Amino acid sequence: MLVNLGIGIPTMVANFIPRDMKIFFQSENGLIGTGPIPEEGMAHPLLTDAGGRPVTALPGACTFDSAMSFGLIRGGHVDVTVLGALQVGANGQLANWMIPGKMVPGMGGAMDLVTGAKRVIIAMQHTAKGKPKVVNTCSLPLTSVRPIDLLVSEMAVIAFPDGKAMLMERAPGVSVEQIVAATEAKLLLADKIPEMQL
Amino acid sequence: MQTISVTDAVAMIPDGATVMVGGFMGVGTPERIIDELVRQGKRNLTVIANDTASPGRGIGKLVDAKLVGHTIASHIGLNPETQRQMIAGQMRVDLVPQGTLIERIRAGGYGLGGVLTPTGVGTVVEEGKQRIESNGKTYLVEAALHADFALIGAFLADYLGNLSYALTARNFNPVIAMAASTTIVAAEHIVPIGLIAPDHVVTPAPLVDYLVANG
Repeated sequence: MLVNLGIGIPTMVANFIPRDMKIFFQSENGLIGTGPIPEEGMAHPLLTDAGGRPVTALPGACTFDSAMSFGLIRGGHVDVTVLGALQVGANGQLANWMIPGKMVPGMGGAMDLVTGAKRVIIAMQHTAKGKPKVVNTCSLPLTSVRPIDLLVSEMAVIAFPDGKAMLMERAPGVSVEQIVAATEAKLLLADKIPEMQL
Repeated sequence: MQTISVTDAVAMIPDGATVMVGGFMGVGTPERIIDELVRQGKRNLTVIANDTASPGRGIGKLVDAKLVGHTIASHIGLNPETQRQMIAGQMRVDLVPQGTLIERIRAGGYGLGGVLTPTGVGTVVEEGKQRIESNGKTYLVEAALHADFALIGAFLADYLGNLSYALTARNFNPVIAMAASTTIVAAEHIVPIGLIAPDHVVTPAPLVDYLVANG
């Protein structure tokens, strides 16, 4: 399975992969087989992740140019991408690349990833400074019109079947009411909403 | 292909030139050529590259010296000085999705007028662009990009100009090598002909116009 992780919370996903799961991580700057951060003194200046930080290459890794890297991404060869979010709409549409007038970093590879990856998972804080991030309609510029597949926050797991937000799981000790209160979008409630297995 | 000093190589680049620069956050950027651009003070450059690195590094040095009038890139988020100059109206910045940017460059080098991509449909990226339906899917028409100069950072170059790259320093380099009128290369190592095996040559020698001498 080929997986691309965004920066921030999504990067931490790599620390929780079961040992028997065969996963290749892609770095969009041209690497499949990205490994952990090197030990001190072992960094190579020409082996970095998409943020320019030193990484390692695991046995079986390979490198390629940016055209192939985005061919992998846009062409549907990346099985899963895990990204951060600024807003997610009730229909699953994502805004995660700019705040007009405040933050204009550029979209980098985000638009291609959300448009082309087979499965898009968002890993994020459920709210920002107390304000819901799962909203009726994104007010920030969209990353793609393609809806995300799954959202995981510290409070809830939300899926988006048929363009509707459905609450699937809740974090241990968090009630459905608390999640609904922290969410602007109308949530469909699954028949059973179990606690997440951590 | 001609071997040339870095001084003479950069002297060929006029003020106002459009330059494609290899590198991703500075990794794979030909720093010696960048340093010489700063030393010779080439002004009002249009830079086409993935990003503008960070202050003091790679393209960031050109931004620090206020030599860039226009940037076409996918990401400037790690260079606050680029953002400052953009907001102050001192630099025009066109932000392009990374996969679209590299394909526009590839199209320029491969003799195509542009590419059709689903990336950006229904977003602000679509503004001013033509939509095309093909096989039931919607695409944007994205025009090819060309440059006056491509500035390449290679790992190995042989005396003919065959190039290979190291690890994640490959990125935009082999793609921009085909999309500019003049291609200038700085390599970490210049090696005898034959040392880069034919199967390991990534950029063929006829694409390289000038190789910057080492040492």
